[in-house]
Amino acid sequence: MQSRTISMQINGKSYQEEVDVRKSLMELLRELGLTSVKQGCGVGECGACTVLVDDIAVDSCLYLAVWADNKAIRTAEGECRGEQLSPVQQAYVEEGAVQCGFCTPGLIMASTAFLEKNQGKKPGREEIRRGHAGNLCRCTGYQTIISAVEKAAEK
Amino acid sequence: MTVGKSPIRKDVRAKVTGKTRYTDDFTMPGMLEAKYVRSSIAHGRVTSIDTSAALAIPGVEAVFTFADVPKTLFPTAGHPYSLDPDHQDVADRLLLTDHVRYHGDEVAIVVARDQLTAHKAAELVLVEYDELPVCVTSAAAMADEAPPIHPGGNTIKSTSFAVGGDPKEAEQAADVVCEGVFTTPVILHCHLENHTAYAYMDDQNHLVIVSSTQIPHICRRIVGQALDMNWSTIRVIKPYIGGGFGNKQDVVLEPMVAFLTRKLGGVPVKLELEREECLVSTRTRHAQTITARAGAQNDGLLTLLDVNVLSNTGAYASHGHSIPMAAGSKFCHLYPRAVTQFSATSHYANIPAAGAMRAYGSPQLFFAVEGVVEEAARKIGMDSVEFRLKNSARPGDITSKTGEMLHSVGMIECLEKGRDAIEWQKKKKRYADQEGTILRGLGVASFSYGSGTYPACVEIAGCRLVLNQDGTVHMQVGATEIGQGSDTVLAQMAAETLGIDYDAVHVVSEQDTDVTPFDTGAYASRQTYVAAPAVHDAAEQLKGKILDHASLMTGVDRQQLDLSAGRVVRGDQPDQVVLPLEELALDSYYHKDRGGQLTAEVSVKTRTNAPSYGCTFVEVEVDIALCQVKIIEIINLHDAGTIIHPLSAEGQVHGGMAMGIGMALFEELLIDDETGWIYNGNLLDYKIPTCMDIPELDCAFIQTHDPTSPYGNKSLGEPPIISQGPAIRNAIWDATGVKIQTMPMTPKVLFSHFREAGLI
Amino acid sequence: MFPIEKYYFAATIEDAIAALEADEKARVIAGGTDVLVRLHGGNPDYGCLVDINGLDELRQISMDGEGNIFIGTLATCSEIIEHPLVQEHLPMVVQSLETIGGPQVRNTATMGGNICNGAVSADSACAALVYEMDLLIRNSKRERIQSINGFHTGPGRTVLGRGDLFTAFCIRPQKYRNMGASYYKYAMRGAMDIATIGCGAGVRMADGAVTELKLAFTVAAPTPIRCPHAEEAVLGKPVNAETLQQVADALLEDVRPRDSWRAGKEFRLHIIKTLAQKVIGQAAENLGGTL
Repeated sequence: MQSRTISMQINGKSYQEEVDVRKSLMELLRELGLTSVKQGCGVGECGACTVLVDDIAVDSCLYLAVWADNKAIRTAEGECRGEQLSPVQQAYVEEGAVQCGFCTPGLIMASTAFLEKNQGKKPGREEIRRGHAGNLCRCTGYQTIISAVEKAAEK
Repeated sequence: MTVGKSPIRKDVRAKVTGKTRYTDDFTMPGMLEAKYVRSSIAHGRVTSIDTSAALAIPGVEAVFTFADVPKTLFPTAGHPYSLDPDHQDVADRLLLTDHVRYHGDEVAIVVARDQLTAHKAAELVLVEYDELPVCVTSAAAMADEAPPIHPGGNTIKSTSFAVGGDPKEAEQAADVVCEGVFTTPVILHCHLENHTAYAYMDDQNHLVIVSSTQIPHICRRIVGQALDMNWSTIRVIKPYIGGGFGNKQDVVLEPMVAFLTRKLGGVPVKLELEREECLVSTRTRHAQTITARAGAQNDGLLTLLDVNVLSNTGAYASHGHSIPMAAGSKFCHLYPRAVTQFSATSHYANIPAAGAMRAYGSPQLFFAVEGVVEEAARKIGMDSVEFRLKNSARPGDITSKTGEMLHSVGMIECLEKGRDAIEWQKKKKRYADQEGTILRGLGVASFSYGSGTYPACVEIAGCRLVLNQDGTVHMQVGATEIGQGSDTVLAQMAAETLGIDYDAVHVVSEQDTDVTPFDTGAYASRQTYVAAPAVHDAAEQLKGKILDHASLMTGVDRQQLDLSAGRVVRGDQPDQVVLPLEELALDSYYHKDRGGQLTAEVSVKTRTNAPSYGCTFVEVEVDIALCQVKIIEIINLHDAGTIIHPLSAEGQVHGGMAMGIGMALFEELLIDDETGWIYNGNLLDYKIPTCMDIPELDCAFIQTHDPTSPYGNKSLGEPPIISQGPAIRNAIWDATGVKIQTMPMTPKVLFSHFREAGLI
Repeated sequence: MFPIEKYYFAATIEDAIAALEADEKARVIAGGTDVLVRLHGGNPDYGCLVDINGLDELRQISMDGEGNIFIGTLATCSEIIEHPLVQEHLPMVVQSLETIGGPQVRNTATMGGNICNGAVSADSACAALVYEMDLLIRNSKRERIQSINGFHTGPGRTVLGRGDLFTAFCIRPQKYRNMGASYYKYAMRGAMDIATIGCGAGVRMADGAVTELKLAFTVAAPTPIRCPHAEEAVLGKPVNAETLQQVADALLEDVRPRDSWRAGKEFRLHIIKTLAQKVIGQAAENLGGTL
């Protein structure tokens, strides 16, 4: 099968990979050890595989790996600096927004993109909900997730 | 003191940084991938199966069919083993079958070097069937002419009981008797991590299974039964799991991966279900038809509850009849002064197999019970809350099912607090004379639940504590962390009883049945309740050993010593440090003449089962023209005994409420009555709520202290899902005058009801 | 891994057209949110792909000197929603694209794909019909302009033929100026759902009476449709309860909803009638400022 050689940044590090054109970005990232990227459905319904491509949130299960050529990818692994959690991660911890944790890395990235887009603004809870409608969570009822984003927005 | 506070969860830093490893995040060189061949019809016999095209694809290692698997029927329900043969689970499964019983049943399996090849090959296995008549509904499955789905026929079991007096007399004593038939749909768990497992043979020729399961020790036993292996030669490892809600309280993939690796010389074989398979080919919540009657006197006394449950367990028994019976025994705690009659029948049908799902039959049962109780209150002209206050359990009541006295009961306070929180009286008045097509209404519904399965099943839990060289403690428990936070609350308990910091307790989260203390796992909201005594006793023991050693080291009398904030102190002067724990720990390990590794291990059987209580209050707005219900305000009130970790406790309640709202308003697996074809077995068409569909969720706890737990706690994992359905139903009735007896209350259902009522 | 049998990454528009012409089975992949879902489901019709993601000229959103607005077929829903030209002139496009999927899907899905896949429920179809968009289509021989009216030929079917590449939407000023517009997606969930019924309306008025109504529905017939009878019924009348009831009655001539497991015909009809009244009323209200 065909492959293409692509160059990309993942969490600030440069990669050059020969990629099978049939592969999703989710599969590629997981193979490279970024297992925060979870497969929950494979059809863009659950958002567990959310990563940022050039700072835009996408479902990496519905994104061909070859499209990552010349792009900068961010995953949950890259959001903390050593022991220092990102403001979004810290807010999720403090608000109790994590239970089983399977949806968490994808949600962290959705929140990160949402807050970067709304920098300097104080989005309301309804707006936060609209910004997170692409991520399913079956544990929390979303209550503490919305609160965590609200809290992170204040930082 | 840490119990009652909300320290940072043990697992949370790893989870927000993506470092937590779930089953699929482990991999082994040479691991093969398996893929099921599933039936395209709901009921029939395989007449021919041709695997040659699949086997011809490069990369395919093997194809096995029903002809290749052991002929031993095995049960799959995640119940403890029972010494009583009459109480053992129904053994009705084979690894693969030529008698397919639902749309998606497993007839063959392909093993290949990669997933894509396995998928392609599975599609090339040609299967022909002799079709049999299909029974989807209870009526069809229970009809005289219904084809037997299993050799013994379609009825699995029928049982009944009456407690608290004579039902006939209770009925005669009533001034009004209300009756209703309520139906509930097939509901799916939809945990974010699909079922996944892999297996290999280790250097002892033992079988190792890594699986996303709630019940590793039960899994070991059932694999042993299915493959006729000694249980000790099977090792089940449970990493972190991405939710279960009961669907992983069943043994689903593990016997198959075990079978495959044994067939293939012990190489690692993995079976990772796709979302669509996970939705319909694991387990579901039972669809039920419930006939409920309530008798009441004009002064508000509830005299009778009479409930009959017809429970559709689908293609295989799984938890089978335990579901309605468990719910039946737990609901007796709510109105203990009424005479209660309960009967239930469980049956097979050609739909996906139903098993355990959060609150195990109770959401269905209370939809009917709190629906008919509401009707009784309205019929005698009494306020809905007042009627419940008059009849609800109070401390000192005798629960009719077991004859035991109720100790901690916060039901009355839950109702009173909820009534105030939602401003019941004020809003009731405001909405009394509404006009127009957008109408508001209020609803309430209560529930009772248990804190485990005793006396139906054994309740056993284990804990091992080890003092480390640096003065911290490692804790191993058989209790499984499935996202509910059990690692955290059990660490809090250990820290509390030991007298050390919460941060000084390291929890070994992974269960490995070769080394983990025995516990049957996370289900029945038992984990905190039944593990508590084991943790408590182990902590007491370890503390005793630590103080003994301190006494040896210092010469101070043991009775004068205590452990506080991680230091050995004088009992009468807690501020006076006798010995830091690190120093004691090093001494115990490395002193040439005294001490040893200080450990404690305890296994406890719990022989109590404290009922927990609560209710939901809800305000809805119904748009008649658009046939839509909007939740304006919703609050859950819980008596779960003492709350160990308030932040996590609220999280459990929020999650349950959202699931309950989903069941009430959105979710149902749609199956064609004639063909058994499943229409919406995917996450687009099976509608679990997004964050746009869930309102702000409010909750509060009435803290009681139950004397049967060393920390005063009772169940909380499942109860939060029980009462939204009936509360929302009662609120829609309040708003519109239309009484709906079926879940989910979707726009389609509202449309037909509103049309019938002449509202549109 | 997706079961892709043949994959071609197009370097230019001509290149893409040649690849589409060369293989009868070749299909365009743009945002991928439909094509990759079908491939995930093992659909063999999507095994041969021409990837147009390298064609940056198809991402443009612009306005020419005459006020014609062009939206390239590769522009994502999010890019369209956030574009000032679209926000200023095509509010109903913004409104309808915002109802598609969730944020991640909108960040990759294209409006071109939403129209091209021929879905009866396509969220952007009502906007395309109400603004009477023109679709610019190229093949190896010529570029042609195809009206959205008549573009959809049946469920999942369009007029696009072998070797056709749909490159841009063109929205004419006379189709969007001085018009109040509104869209309502009726679905079972607040996000991540397909429409049970979608309804869009564009209203022009003079002296308190309707001079033009464009009423469009999705899932009300085998393709997204306009409603000529209903549109006719309001002409010269004020937007009030009586007129709206007349629209609802006239609609019966225009729509052909069907029974499916998702929703029954009677229920869909009720929602169609309810939405028509709601959406026309809202569109007239939105016009308010410019009356």
